[in-house]
Amino acid sequence: MAIDQETVKRVAFLSRLKIEDDKIQATESEFNKILNWVEQLNEVNTDNVEPLVSVNESYITCREDKVTEGNQAQAVLANAPQAEYGYFVVPKVVE
Amino acid sequence: MTNITKLTIAETRDGLKSKQFSATEVAKAYIKSMEDNRRYNAYVLETPEVALEQAKISDTKYQNGTQGALEGIPLGIKDLFCTKGIRTTACSHILDGFVPQYESTVTSKLLEAGACVLGKLNMDEFAMGGSNETSYYGPVVNPWSKEKDLVAGGSSGGSAAAVAANMCAAATGTDTGGSIRQPSAFCGVTGIKPTYGRCSRYGIIAFASSLDQAGPIAKDVRDAAILLKAMSGYDAKDATSANVSVPDFEAFLNQDIKGLKIGIPAEYRPDGLNEEIAAYWDKGAEMLKARGAEIVNISLPHAKYALAAYYIIAPAEASSNLARYDGIRYGLRVPGQHLDDLYINTRTEGFGTEVKRRIMIGTYVLSAGYYDAYYLKAQKVRQLIRQDFVKAFEKCDAILTPTAPTAAFPVGDKTMLENPINMYLNDVFTVSVNLAGLPGLSLPIGLSQSGLPLGLQIIGKAFDEATIFKVASALEKDAAFVRK
Repeated sequence: MAIDQETVKRVAFLSRLKIEDDKIQATESEFNKILNWVEQLNEVNTDNVEPLVSVNESYITCREDKVTEGNQAQAVLANAPQAEYGYFVVPKVVE
Repeated sequence: MTNITKLTIAETRDGLKSKQFSATEVAKAYIKSMEDNRRYNAYVLETPEVALEQAKISDTKYQNGTQGALEGIPLGIKDLFCTKGIRTTACSHILDGFVPQYESTVTSKLLEAGACVLGKLNMDEFAMGGSNETSYYGPVVNPWSKEKDLVAGGSSGGSAAAVAANMCAAATGTDTGGSIRQPSAFCGVTGIKPTYGRCSRYGIIAFASSLDQAGPIAKDVRDAAILLKAMSGYDAKDATSANVSVPDFEAFLNQDIKGLKIGIPAEYRPDGLNEEIAAYWDKGAEMLKARGAEIVNISLPHAKYALAAYYIIAPAEASSNLARYDGIRYGLRVPGQHLDDLYINTRTEGFGTEVKRRIMIGTYVLSAGYYDAYYLKAQKVRQLIRQDFVKAFEKCDAILTPTAPTAAFPVGDKTMLENPINMYLNDVFTVSVNLAGLPGLSLPIGLSQSGLPLGLQIIGKAFDEATIFKVASALEKDAAFVRK
């Protein structure tokens, strides 16, 4: 499944990354190199094989549904590039 | 006076107990070594003042006999572990100036045991790389380098180099596809990736959550056992943490290995395997045989597909985990007119080339229309890889393989840099262990003809690190590797 330049642009946007126009072609060929390589998996017969999502599904447990830590607004905001009045600041999103 | 920085954790512990030197003297010796060896670029942040303050407390504890298992032992911490009040960046520009407000579970266990923190260690950006060259802070130089600068391996390159050059007593590492074992092999030190779930992932910056595991990199097998015990244990803050008891791994050293069955997988000897590495592998098997172990031929038929499956699964998980770096809550922010511009500008400037490549590959294989063909297919192959190991372990107790296909290569090596797949091939012997969630240890077995360390890997059954330590301690004795 070779991918084209349009797909590269779409994937870059979904990833919230910008690729300069002069780099799109190089990215496309690099992608195709990697995708061609991983397609060796098609040699493997996986009929009736259950996908392995996690190696330790068997012992994942749920914790009790109660607040464990909270009221730490200051710690949460401590690394914010921009914060005011106890909130993160972002560009205007509503007209 | 003894050169303190050459001592192992076990030796330092004894010296501290018998008052041959104080914890403050130990910390000062390592701080000096850290300063004298800056050319290796192993540390991205030195915290001598933190180490000295902790050492002072340790000295008091030794005086009143309340010392912990690692009291006064100076450690280096991979920059992937969140350390409260100490800058943590995963060696990425996008986490510029990030100072965690909490401590990772693994590092808090080490601190509770009395260890002191010398600083944060260099690594590939977000642990994505096999040579430490994707770090925003530049590559680590392997202390074994001769005329040319060689890579220390990756992603835990700073950890392995710092241990090799005696810039810390031991270090923490993490391993998603080989990131503890491959740099350990390149730098002539011992590192173990424990079973998935053995160490809590809480507070470790996530790369591929179903594969990431923390583990120690140490000067010898005993130190790895001491440190792994301190790092392990159930943690309610990590849903994938295993609620199993932690054995005293040190107790399994120097045991008789008579009758143990050691598996040698046929598929790990492809045509063109480096001859020196193949010879050391055979020699390792002979050493174990001479001690009464039984060598068993085993087959891992899907092993050759492990790398391809990994390079779908790991980027897929990474693309999801790294979505959080948006310039809003922490780290770098590059302004933009609209919110999407801010996200795009920040991520485009903040991430390096390899990280961007993996985010996009991951986004693609998870996108509508391709999910089944790539991601689901890879998860099915992952199942077959795990089943191979289950079957193999019906015939043997541990598996012996090489750690990496080559010795350390030069910094800036063209064949590695011009095609990402060449770099990915570094993990060809280690990656299946992560996909199956098993423990694997690398220890130095000898030097290549050009004088560079080579490593062997011992793979164990899930939660059977004890057998790995048994085998490793026997091999270590026979290999008699001389560390730096």
